Order: sequence, then structure tokens, then C-alpha cells
Amino acid sequence: MGQIPGRDGSRYKTFSRRAILLGGAQGAAFVVLAGRMYYLQVLKSDEYTMLAEENRVNVRLIAPLRGNIVDRYGRPLASNRQNYRAVLIAEQTPDIEATLDKLARIVEITPYDRRKIMRDVKRSPRFLPITVAEDLTWEQFAQVNINEPDLAGVQPDVGETRHYHYGSELAHVVGYVSPVSESEIEKAGDDEPLLRLPGFRTGKLGIEKRYDASLRGVAGASHVEVNAYGRVIRELSKDPGKPGQEVVLTLDMAVQQAAWDRLADQSASAVVMDVHSGDIMAFISTPAYDPTQFNMGYGDKEYRALLNDPYLPLVNKAIAGLYPPGSTFKTVVAIAAMEAGVDPSHSVHCNGAYTLGNHDFHCWKKGGHGAMDMHNAIKHSCDVYFYDTARRIGIDVIEKTAKQFGLGQSYDLDVPGEKVGVVPGRDWKLATQGVSWQQGETLITGIGQGFVLTTPLQLAVMTARIANGGYAVTPRLTRAIGGKLIVPKAAPKIEVRPESVAMAQGGMNGVSNEPGGTAYRSRIAEPGMELAGKTGTAQVRRISKAERDTGVIKNENLEWRQRDHALFIAFAPVQAPRYAISVVIEHGGSGSGAAAPVARDIMKAMLLRDPEIQQAINPAPPPVVKVKEG
Amino acid sequence: MFDLRRFTGRDMRLSDKFMEFNWGFLLLLAAIASMGFAMLYSVADGSFSPWALRQIIRFGVGAGILLVVAMVDLRLWMQLAYPIYAVALVLVAAVDVIGVTGMGAQRWLSIGPLQIQPSEIMKIALLLALARYFHGLTLDEVSRLRNLIVPVLIVMVPVALVVKQPDLGTAILLSASGAVIFFAAGLRWRYFIFSGTSVLAAIPIVWSRLHDYQRNRVFTFLDPERDPMGAGYHILQSKIALGSGGVFGKGFMEGTQSHLNFLPEKHTDFIFTMLGEELGLVGGLLLLTLYFIVLMLSLNVSLECRNQFGRLLSLGVSVTFFFYVFINTAMVMGLLPVVGVPLPLVSYGGTSMLSLMFAFGLLMSAYIHRNQEIPRGPSAFW
Repeated sequence: MGQIPGRDGSRYKTFSRRAILLGGAQGAAFVVLAGRMYYLQVLKSDEYTMLAEENRVNVRLIAPLRGNIVDRYGRPLASNRQNYRAVLIAEQTPDIEATLDKLARIVEITPYDRRKIMRDVKRSPRFLPITVAEDLTWEQFAQVNINEPDLAGVQPDVGETRHYHYGSELAHVVGYVSPVSESEIEKAGDDEPLLRLPGFRTGKLGIEKRYDASLRGVAGASHVEVNAYGRVIRELSKDPGKPGQEVVLTLDMAVQQAAWDRLADQSASAVVMDVHSGDIMAFISTPAYDPTQFNMGYGDKEYRALLNDPYLPLVNKAIAGLYPPGSTFKTVVAIAAMEAGVDPSHSVHCNGAYTLGNHDFHCWKKGGHGAMDMHNAIKHSCDVYFYDTARRIGIDVIEKTAKQFGLGQSYDLDVPGEKVGVVPGRDWKLATQGVSWQQGETLITGIGQGFVLTTPLQLAVMTARIANGGYAVTPRLTRAIGGKLIVPKAAPKIEVRPESVAMAQGGMNGVSNEPGGTAYRSRIAEPGMELAGKTGTAQVRRISKAERDTGVIKNENLEWRQRDHALFIAFAPVQAPRYAISVVIEHGGSGSGAAAPVARDIMKAMLLRDPEIQQAINPAPPPVVKVKEG
Repeated sequence: MFDLRRFTGRDMRLSDKFMEFNWGFLLLLAAIASMGFAMLYSVADGSFSPWALRQIIRFGVGAGILLVVAMVDLRLWMQLAYPIYAVALVLVAAVDVIGVTGMGAQRWLSIGPLQIQPSEIMKIALLLALARYFHGLTLDEVSRLRNLIVPVLIVMVPVALVVKQPDLGTAILLSASGAVIFFAAGLRWRYFIFSGTSVLAAIPIVWSRLHDYQRNRVFTFLDPERDPMGAGYHILQSKIALGSGGVFGKGFMEGTQSHLNFLPEKHTDFIFTMLGEELGLVGGLLLLTLYFIVLMLSLNVSLECRNQFGRLLSLGVSVTFFFYVFINTAMVMGLLPVVGVPLPLVSYGGTSMLSLMFAFGLLMSAYIHRNQEIPRGPSAFW
């Protein structure tokens, strides 16, 4: 550096000093920058690397295919069907409204749909497909395909939707799936991200709900690289997940359909059970709802109609319908009497009424049955005999026997809503009514009226336990899950003497197969298929003294709600019981008139499905049923 | 080596100037710019268009301008200082009236096909005018209050116009550059202490007149996580990109933050982030080192200059350059609020590249004519 003299020299010195100072400050600034880089790129690098990965990698769930529900022979009851849809990608059309107008020529788009579509368009990124029409027919789908060049932004698409092959016939067993509710998401928290998948559905009722976890499967995941706008750049890895497991029911769809067809127009229920395994072969509650409608969304009006229907289509009557068992109860009363030491040959004279204190208890047969022993009392369903017997043995033994034979309890069946019913007793009355048991109530209980309330399922269990010789078989609806058979628990022997059970069996045989039996008209004549049954007519109204004097009004002349419930229980074949059935037709009239023929037809259908019975009555080979291996 | 003293007091021949020109300096600038070319090539996913090629051409043009400007006699630049300032002032004023609005502010002037940013020209013109003014003052005269009226106006008038656009970043840069010249010219410390205090006192008043987006930038700077999807998004994503780059980076053209668009403005203001993501700490420090060498070489030019105009001008150029580098890099690292300041020589952009090369041309002119003594009095030149 040269020496510059004079006043310029002082200027130069000041300048140099300050310039070097500025240089130093710059150096310091660079040190700060380098330090900051070290902090970000070395000390905090791991944290930011993770954040960068979170930015870049998006996990897209892949919904697993829901497991099928099939009957015991592998016939599909609920499966997945391809759902032809039309989707719209907003960014591919210059004018969404115009495109929708064109699409509306092929598929109906209501103003409501249109508003919903426009809302979806606004809410989601423009490159994401939005469903504009679902459940297209093949023709509509083909038209969308053909017209694709003209429908800017619209693409045909195939999704999966739950298909219920038998609709309402199985609604009360299979249940339904529907879109995930807010509460489900809340309950599951972050454990099940599948629930947040748009369009995902969960089981809401019946088997669909009970085995939802097995049916659902395990979500797959696709790791994709996305850009800042969420558009997928490429797929990094893919895990297809695991499809849901198949659930095999105990039902035999052929019997189920036969039973349904027989009861479809009534408010009725029926349960057919294997008396040894407890397998429920048919499970009917009519009328029912359409499970597919629940899946796609019931309209308000339709749903209110369901709620207000007097036939109660939303109630699963086979397990939630409570009915007085009526005369069907006499079977267990007879067993109770045997256990209490009553001589079955002891005869009671029926003159049409039984007097206790100052009250008359009437027999259903005006004028009476005459002399009745136990067998004939069951066969003819004599009320007076059972008033007398009940009075003699007392309520305690009746209560005990009824419970042993399956009444007054629930079975944790795979469908929800099971009712326990009532088997009345002294403790029960004191606990629920606060008053002590009256003898008159014992009499009424003896004919299955009064407090006693049962479900059709319980009646079927009761019948099965009588039919199998006194084993406490329990009903079940599910045979296998995911290929694994569920082995039924061995039914424990009920502590009753074989003669007692044989007595009830014999009485029921008399009902159906001996002339004069209350269901003789509804017998099965084919040898080897004979059934043994018991009728029941449950009164739903009180018959006044005046009416009894002038003649009880016939059911046909009463309004529907006032008519008696018609009940029938049966097992078959008589020689070697295999199946038990219970049929309850609400306000159907008499058990013998309304319920017995139905039960017979269903039982016949059931028996004809049994290869052994087929062989015995008809040497022709049975129809080939494809059994799907688990 | 040459004995430079023999040129003292005499005009130099063009060939001599070519010999004197610091070619290593230009090479250094080219090295810095090349890192920019590489990043612009990467931003375009491995393509020279639309950015890299145009940037290379601009640098070429800029290098030409630099050479021409450097060859012009420093005394001529001193003579042109006030006229250039006057033209720049008119252009800046014109922006307020007929400027093109962009990014919420008026910054461009469209003249035929040309788009110019008068504030860029003003940055150089301001340095020229102040250097010219203080060249004429002795050390004692500098600190006299009446001598400060003109230079303060030289700074404040364009600053006021730029604030009106509104372009806060440029306004601060202009003020800071001006202050540096005042400082280097020898203005007494107490003036800086006094004005520093005044600025602090003025902050509340300025704050009340700021635009919402400007306030938001400050808020966001103070707490970037306050609104990670909104205003803080840029800073947060920039830090993620840098941090995830680590020591050696994700590799050239492999930056996920940049290529998947999480990083905004990556070819302009956030290009340093992209470099840090793809080339890591190593790449970032290399670029900073190159910048630092440029600054130290420039400082040396100022110290070797034998005339006050050259000293002040070259120091003004280098410190302004430093401001750019520092503000931009500190911004992308989350040390300063987001202000629209490009990374010099590296960010894509025509006006800033050309005006910067012009400024370096002035610096080189001061270097080539460093032994040229220029009398203090104005009479010698006009």
C-alpha cells in the first residue's frame, strides 16, 4: 500500500480501518451462516430427514376384500359384487356442469346428486376421482365406456360392493354392512385406519357385525411418493393385505328358503335345529328388511315405514319375540310331573273346567275331554289335566324342568337381541312383582299361559332337548370361520329319567300320528319321516265370563292384533330324531290350524335334505350339493 | 511484476487494462454462477430449458458487460455518477406511476419487450452518487451536518419511493448500502449511534404502516411453526430440505423436497436450499467459501485503491453483494424473515444478474484504475 500524504492520508487511514472492520464483520457473518448450516444439516439432520420422508411418502390403504358368508354347503349368502361406477376427474373437464348434463343422458343424476357432486369437487384436489354414479347396469356402464371421448373427465370404474344373495330372507341372520359411523371411528381411535377410508363399510348387525373382525381382513398398504399437491408420482412398495375370512353358517339355504316361502306374508318366525349338534338349519323372522338398502342408505321415508310397520320387520322375532308358549309348554310340564313321581296312567276327568277356590279354569274344549291320562292329555292338549297336574306337583318342579329344557335363558347366539324370556317361580315373582306366588298362577303356568314367556329359539331348543332324549344341546349359527371348523361342545345329560323324556316324546307322537291328536291332520305320512309335534295357541287377550257364556269369539272375527298366536313345535323322524322345529305365527289363530301345517312343510323340506333319510324313503340319489372345502 | 506506478497520472491503453484486469476474479464469479447453472439444470429435472441455458447466456452477457464497464475509465464513471442517479430516480418514480404489478407490489417497468426493475439500477446508481459525493469531501468535512443533507437525500428519496411500491427488502438494502458508504467515508461514530437509536425508536411507527403480508412475514419468521401450512410453510419446508440434505446431500437431482415441489421458489429465492438438499453441507459450505473469497478480493481492491471514489464505490459494491448473500442464505436457513432477495449469481433472474455484473464491472474498473489519483475538487471533471 502506497503512502498517501496530507489530508487524503487521514481519509485513507479511516477508510482502511473501517473497511477492514466491515470485512471482519462479514467474516463473522459467514461463521454464523456456517454454524447454522452445521446445526441444520448435522445436528438436526435426522429430525429433518424424517420430516422430509413424511412429506414425500404417503401411505395409501388398500381395503381388503371382505370375507364371504356361506351356508353349510358353501352356498354364498353374502359376497362382494362388482359395482360399476362412473367417476369424474375435475381437472380433465373444462366444464363440470356440461359434462354432468351429458352424463345425465345415460344415468339419472338427481338435483340432490348434482349438489353432492359439486360439493365433492370443491372439497377434493382436482386430480382425484369423484364418484358421480354408482350401481350402473351393464348397459349404462357400456354406454359410459362408449361415450367416454364425449364425456370429458368421466371414467368408467369398477369397485366392490357387498351383495346379499337372498336379500331380506337372511337379513335377520346375516345382518348388513353400511358406511362407518363417527362413533366407530372414535371408538377405534388410531388402531384401525381402514375405518377412515372413504367408502369403507363395517358390519352393523347379525353375522356381519359379530364376525366383522374376521370378515374384514387386514388392510394392505401402498407406499407412494407424492408431490406437494398430493399427486402420486410413483409407487414405492405395496402390501396387498389379507382378504377377510369366510364365515360358514350352519344354515341350509334350501330349508331356509322353503321356510321363508311358507311364512313370507305373515308376521312369523321359525327355527329348525339339529337336535344333536345344535346347528340351526333354518332361522326365519318375517317380515324383514332389505340389507342392501341399509348398505346403500335407506331413505328417510322408507326407514320410517319400516319402523311403523305393525309386522315389525326390524325385530328379529326368532330370538327377540316373546310369546306365551301355550300348550307347547305341556311337554315340559309332563316331564316335570314324571320327575315329581306322577303316575302317567293316573286319570283326570275333564268336564271343561277346573275349579280352584271360587275361580273356574277353563279347558279350550267346551264340554271337556272326559277321562285323560298323561299320554292322552298331551295328545288332546287337555287343559284340565295340566291344571290338576300342575297344582299337584307345584310350581317349583315346573320351573326347574322348564329351565333344564332351555327356557328362560339366552344362548349367546351370533345375532344380537336375544331375549331371555320368563320362566316364573316363587323367587322370580317376589323379586319382580313383590308379592308371593299364588296357586292359581301355578295352574295357568301348567298350560303355558300367565307369566311364562319364551322365544321361538327357546322353543326349538326345548323341543331338541326332548327329541335327543334329554341332552342340553345349545343352538349355534356358525360352523366354521376362515376354514377352521368350530367343534360344538358335547351336550351334557339333563338330570331327568329317560322314561320322563320318553313320555313327552310319546305324547308328541300321539299329537301328530294318532287319530284324534291335535295335529293329526298335519302329519307326515311317508314312512321314516314321521314327525312328533305339539300344538300351542297362545291367548293374547282375556276372555271375559260373558263372552265365555255366549261363546268365545272366533279368531277370524277378531281384529289381527287380538287373535291368538299360533305355535307348533315338532321333531322328526320320530324313530330316530334328527331335527327339531318351532314355528310361531303371530296372531295366526290356532296352533293346529295355522302353525302345524307350516311346520310340517318345513320339516319335510328339512328331512328331504338329509341323505340318509333320502336313501331310506327314496332310493334315487340325492341332489348333488357342492360342498365348499374350508 | 509490473510497476503499476508508471501509469500514474496517465491514461492507460486498452491492452494495458486487459493485462491489469483480474481474470481470476471473473473465473471465481463463473465458478459461483456454475453452481447456479447446475441447480437450475436440476430444478428442470435434468434439462437446460427453461432455466439453465438462459441463465448461462445471461451470465455470458453479464461477463461482457462486466468487461466493458471495467475498461471504462473510472473518472468517466465518476462524471456519469449523478446523471445515472438522476435517470435511475426517474425510473423508480415511474414504477410508482406506470409499473407492472407483481407479487402484490409494483416492481417492473415494461419498455417494449424489456422488463426492467428500476430498483436494481438504483442500487448501483446510489453507490455511484454517494461515492461521487464523498469523494469531494475531506475527513473533517464529512462529519459536518450541512454536508450531510445532500447524501441523506440521495439515499432517502429512492428509499421512500421503493417503500411505496412496496418493496421493503430493497428499501432496507438501499439504506444499508448507503449507510456503508457513509461509514466508510469516515462519518463519526456518534452519527451511527444516534441514527441507530432513532431507527429503533421508529420501529413502532413503521410497524403500524406495514402491509399485512409484511407483518406476517415478521410473525412467521419469529415463529415459523405458528402456521405450518400457511405463511410458515416456506421457512419450514426450506429447513426440512436443508436438514434432510445432511453432510453430503441427497445427490444431484435427487432432492425430494425440491423435486416434489415441497420447496417453493426453488429456482429463485430458495435455490440455496436446493443446493443444500442435493449437495449437502459440503456443497453449501463450498459456495459460501467462494462467496467469501470474492468478498475478500473485493475488500483488497478497496484497500489498494488510491482514489476515494474507487475505494467507496468498490466497498459499496462488495458490501451490497455481501448483504445479498447474507440475507438470502440467512433467510432460507430461518435466521431472517422471508424477504424477496435473490442469491446473487446463482438465483435465476435476468435483471439481478445483469445489474450485479455491471456492479462488478465498476469494481473491476476501480481495480484497474486503482493507481489513478483523482483530485478532490469537482472542477477537474466538469
